[in-house]
Amino acid sequence: MEAYSNLMQEILNGKFVFTGELEPEKTTDLNELVEGAKPLVGYAVACNVTDNPQSMAYMSSLVASYLVQRDAGMETIYQLRCSDRNRLALTADVLGAAALGLKNILALTGDHVSLGDNPGAKAVYDLDAVLLTYMIRKMVDEGVDLAGKPIHEPPKLHVGVAVNPNADPLEAEIIKLKRKEVAGAEFVQTQVVYEMEKVDSLFEIYNQYGIKVPVLIGIFPMKNYGVADYFDKNIPGVSVPKELLEILKMASEITDKKERKEKYLEINLEYFENFVRDIMKSEAKGVHVMAVGYEQMVRELIARVRGEG
Amino acid sequence: MIVVEQKPLEDILDMVKDCDRMLVLGCDGCSGIYQVGGEKQAEMLSSMLRMGKKTKGENKEGDLKIEASTVLRQCDKEIVREALEGSIGGYDAVLSMACGAGVQTVAEVFPEKLVHPAVNTKFIGMQDREMGDLHERCRACGDCILAETGGVCPIARCAKSLLNGPCGGQVEGKCEVGGYEHDCAWILIYNKLKEFERLDQFLKLRLMRDNRISESPRDLKGSIKYSGGGD
Repeated sequence: MEAYSNLMQEILNGKFVFTGELEPEKTTDLNELVEGAKPLVGYAVACNVTDNPQSMAYMSSLVASYLVQRDAGMETIYQLRCSDRNRLALTADVLGAAALGLKNILALTGDHVSLGDNPGAKAVYDLDAVLLTYMIRKMVDEGVDLAGKPIHEPPKLHVGVAVNPNADPLEAEIIKLKRKEVAGAEFVQTQVVYEMEKVDSLFEIYNQYGIKVPVLIGIFPMKNYGVADYFDKNIPGVSVPKELLEILKMASEITDKKERKEKYLEINLEYFENFVRDIMKSEAKGVHVMAVGYEQMVRELIARVRGEG
Repeated sequence: MIVVEQKPLEDILDMVKDCDRMLVLGCDGCSGIYQVGGEKQAEMLSSMLRMGKKTKGENKEGDLKIEASTVLRQCDKEIVREALEGSIGGYDAVLSMACGAGVQTVAEVFPEKLVHPAVNTKFIGMQDREMGDLHERCRACGDCILAETGGVCPIARCAKSLLNGPCGGQVEGKCEVGGYEHDCAWILIYNKLKEFERLDQFLKLRLMRDNRISESPRDLKGSIKYSGGGD
């Protein structure tokens, strides 16, 4: 198998990889996003660039992915949702992504548009994440679009997918992952998990279905108690462990800003360093750190588990 | 059956404000069966419209003629013609309580009449008499895969109409769209197929739909073969 991206090269080399996450918002100014990516160069091999997360109408992830690669020198994983585009628009964006030098796409079905900030929008879902994966692999491997029409200079990029280890029933979710593998998925990033039990149950059913696609476990260090509390209450099916939530709450009561910030960092590092070390002993091939806007933490965490910290 | 819901009375009054001589036409088909647009409802609506119009004083009382009637099925041209051709001359407009197909059938059979809808057509659904509910069960997509999905339709019952679900928006079998009230269709499918030891069907990667199958307007030309009369 040929690797087009650093992400895939490192996975193939057997290196335990780290990916980060960047979120373009409702703006035309990407300065903050690019600056946020710079400190992660050399730590995360690539960063996801979200596409209308939670169905918020934000700046194009294609444009943001390109600018982050160009201006921050950070390889990107361009997230692409089926919620907002039919197969023609998806084809156009995949071709555009390849032309701009993007090397990784994360194929997502996408949150339902009625949950976002333009809830009356028409939801598309001409394809789903499985079929988008299938389409991208057809474009890359066979040099044709979904209808079999030849592409002049086919794209050269990799396609990843998502899986939710918190799903209940988990078997239904893992069978869907199997379908994604059959469709051609080359890597998987998971929804946020906080406990090894979730990682272990994931791999148990994963092995039962003979799945081989490399898995990056999603983790979410929380910059402050507010973020943790919001996440705990609003992200369906995921809860922050009570003890962790409790100590973050205690830290939020520290009045000195600098001291509070240091305490948050210390709490996160203590929890996630141990957690990542445990993940490294599992079948996972990497960790996806979804700490948007918390670069200091991401850097420190990666440095520590690599023994550089 | 096709599920309809009556429009708010104010909206109907506004829609028919210029109509003095009007037939409120129920349908004994779908909308009559679950008592939204049958004979009784047509009579009730016509009397409410008479009262409403008198209250508003938009029409001269002597000119006002609002009556109710019903036909067996408003979506059948022959039935509509036979039922109404003797009496329709006495009205300028028809206020139909049938689904959109019924409204348009009446309009097509009697092109000289104004035909307005008194109801909104909602979906093709299942009636639950015990709870008094109606639930969507079919989207008339034209390519039925119920045999593969344990008799649960993901096109009608999954908020995203996914062919390869479940998505990440389900929690313990409930869908995030609509606030976790609806069952996730794909978890229902998973449970059903597991119960019947048919998880091989769940593993199957379903390729993209050819959407031309459900592109409107759709026809089935010459496909109806009657052995007897029009009923």
